[in-house]
Amino acid sequence: MTDSLLNVEKLVKKFGGLTATDSLDLDVQEGEIHAIIGPNGAGKTTLINQLSGLLKPDSGSIQFNGREINNLSAPQRCHEGLVRSYQITSIFKDFTVLGNVAMSIQAREGHSFRFWNNAYMDTSLAEKAMKVLTETKLEEKADVLADNLAHGEQRQLEIAMAIATSPKMLLLDEPMAGMGPEESSSVTKFLKSMKSKYTMLLIEHDMDAVFALADRITVLVYGKSIACGIPEEIRSNKEVRIAYLGDG
Amino acid sequence: MPVIAPLIGQEFYTDVFARIMIVTIAAISLNFIMGYGGMISFGHAIFVGIGGYSVGILASHGIESAYIQWPVGILMSGLFALIIGAISLRTRGVYFIMITLAFAQMMYFLSVSVEKYGSDDGLTIDSRSDFGLSFFDLNDPMTMYYFAFILMICCLYLNLRIVNSRFGRVLRAGKSNNERMTTIGYPTFRYKLVAFVIAGMMCGLSGLLTANFEDFVSPDMLFWTFSGELIFMVVLGGMGTVMGPLGGAMIFLFLSEILSNITEAWHLIFGPFLILVVLFARGGVEGFLKKYEGSND
Amino acid sequence: MDYVLLAEQFFNGFQLGIILFLVAAGLTLIFGIMDLVNLAHGTLYMFGAFFAATFVQLTDSLIFGMILTLPAMLIAGLVLELGVLRTLYERDHLDQVLATFGLIIFFNELFLIVWGPEGSGINLPSYLTGTSELPGGIAVPDYRIVIIISGLLVALLLYLLVSKTRIGMLIRAGASNREMVGALGINIKLLFTLVFGLGAVLAGFAGMIITPITQAESGMGEGMLILAFVVIVIGGIGSIKGAFVAAILTGLIDTMGRSFIDVALMSFMDSVAAETAGPAISSMLIYILMAVILAIKPSGLFPPKGA
Repeated sequence: MTDSLLNVEKLVKKFGGLTATDSLDLDVQEGEIHAIIGPNGAGKTTLINQLSGLLKPDSGSIQFNGREINNLSAPQRCHEGLVRSYQITSIFKDFTVLGNVAMSIQAREGHSFRFWNNAYMDTSLAEKAMKVLTETKLEEKADVLADNLAHGEQRQLEIAMAIATSPKMLLLDEPMAGMGPEESSSVTKFLKSMKSKYTMLLIEHDMDAVFALADRITVLVYGKSIACGIPEEIRSNKEVRIAYLGDG
Repeated sequence: MPVIAPLIGQEFYTDVFARIMIVTIAAISLNFIMGYGGMISFGHAIFVGIGGYSVGILASHGIESAYIQWPVGILMSGLFALIIGAISLRTRGVYFIMITLAFAQMMYFLSVSVEKYGSDDGLTIDSRSDFGLSFFDLNDPMTMYYFAFILMICCLYLNLRIVNSRFGRVLRAGKSNNERMTTIGYPTFRYKLVAFVIAGMMCGLSGLLTANFEDFVSPDMLFWTFSGELIFMVVLGGMGTVMGPLGGAMIFLFLSEILSNITEAWHLIFGPFLILVVLFARGGVEGFLKKYEGSND
Repeated sequence: MDYVLLAEQFFNGFQLGIILFLVAAGLTLIFGIMDLVNLAHGTLYMFGAFFAATFVQLTDSLIFGMILTLPAMLIAGLVLELGVLRTLYERDHLDQVLATFGLIIFFNELFLIVWGPEGSGINLPSYLTGTSELPGGIAVPDYRIVIIISGLLVALLLYLLVSKTRIGMLIRAGASNREMVGALGINIKLLFTLVFGLGAVLAGFAGMIITPITQAESGMGEGMLILAFVVIVIGGIGSIKGAFVAAILTGLIDTMGRSFIDVALMSFMDSVAAETAGPAISSMLIYILMAVILAIKPSGLFPPKGA
């Protein structure tokens, strides 16, 4: 537990009569890719919303990098190094691809209370943003309006924006949502290459990607973790097979 | 056009254009928070009133120096914007619209209730702000006119620089997707509040000029319909464009001049016109033209 | 402390609260269910006032005139909904604000032309112009009692409608989750029209019943609209119970505040200062309350479940 970059203890979240997060325990080690799988309605996005600071849990604790972050706002958590991406693409549609990423870079750099100099001509911002675009294979689309990108490219931008904040850990909410097999495998390769740079908590339905990437897998059913272990353990776990993977 | 208007020598035109320019300053400030920041304030007239009453109240106490009146006007506008913004910006969307409207109503009642400063009847201003310079006297119509012109140009330029700055980008991105801004690390409330205060101060400037131009202030400056008209001007000229406020103010004021000369009941035409514009020409005049020219900005 | 005056002002404030409730109830439903920002809700209040004044004058009977006003309000509401407002449902809030602002401008001017700047009024029949004395020497105008009782009756009817009927259940469901109601296959358009009609009748009733006291004038709607919106922010959007509590609270604070603020201030200010500050502060009381509620509980006192 002492190596855990992220440590969640007894997290609870209820909506009226519905328990979305049921006394959840979770830990993510530094440098690992930890996947969360589970049937729809298991409370995965609710979990990410609580971890990223958009939703306040009813009780429980969230520790990041040794610090209790439960009372920190979403922007504050970003500055601690915990950054998320969205399942449903959430970008700045009327900005260019470069512009989108530049906003993340600017967030990390600070100095946003500058009122006079033209930010669009700021080469340092543009250079750093282009670096991220090159990493995420979007450099050719730098000047395209985000709204005009293809769905798969928007998903790439989605992740690029999270990466551009120079996080310690990424919370990836179904990065491959709505992608075909080719795109998915390309994103899987990409995430694998990022492994040494960022710790990742990955929520995914795409089992090929999960088993290719994950060091450990937690299975979430009805807001509770029913199993946690290395992929082999999970694959052969009877409860998991019944609840989620489908028997046989 | 505004530059040569006084040279034509017809007082009517200088008056109309002076009014346009002074209102444009208010429209620029509203466009800043509305068109670029996504904050639709139905209470912007408050700051015109604060600027105006700063001149009026101080003048009624014998303080005519511009070096006191103007800083007071701008600072008070900023202060009120800080308080109203800090409360209102806790809400979003239509709640924000209605709460700013509620504050506008409150300020209106406040200005009506203080009898010492004219209440309903308003306050006449005997002498315009005194800059203490022999060559610069606002009581001279030509000076007044060009002063308004220069200030308007300054505000247009200031707006241009701010919206393209780092701060401006934060504002615009926040309008585009507020939640994502928070999850990449921006405490957006802070930025919106700063923008709101800046806009309040610029609008206060418009009020200072109005008081000087009309030699009169009254609670009518604060009446909520004026806020609505400002919103309409910004939409008409094209929200989120640099020159939009000027275009919108020109069209609006010309239209009201023309219509009111046709009939006293010009609101009968104006109301439906507003509805039609909303239904069919939402992008304002610029948006309307763009559709036909097919140009991209 | 003048307890008689206190009690009298209590009734006065309660009356204002009832009127506010009638206007706010419709507003909260329309906004909560239809997501429509209708600035012209105050105009409906004005319609009620003018229609009633005209009908009373035409029929020379208070009762008949008022009875006729209700269906007239329903028709007016339906015409407005089908004609203009329907096109706005899909639009964003700014469009709705501007378009309904256009409606306000138009109707204020129209009514100004037709009825003139003095507006119109209703003269109460002699049996209603008296004052009754309650125990303790508290004098309450008879008509005020009529307003309060009829207002409470309408509130009761509304409560029964919303909580005991099937339509009421749909309305409540719509207030807390609009999409779900649509997904259930309910004819949303019809529901919307009904809700709007209901709101129109409520607002019109309020305008009608207050006219004998305040006159019907062009522009009377907007002050009421803004107050009504403050009420629903305090009470919670979509909640009728919230609107009731908030409306009574607002009415009481506003009325009693105005009467007693200078008394309160005089205890620590000299009388000149108190007389100047008094009216100023009392006009701000409601908005201060709204600001406090926004700071502590932004979704209002009684947000409908699921909000």
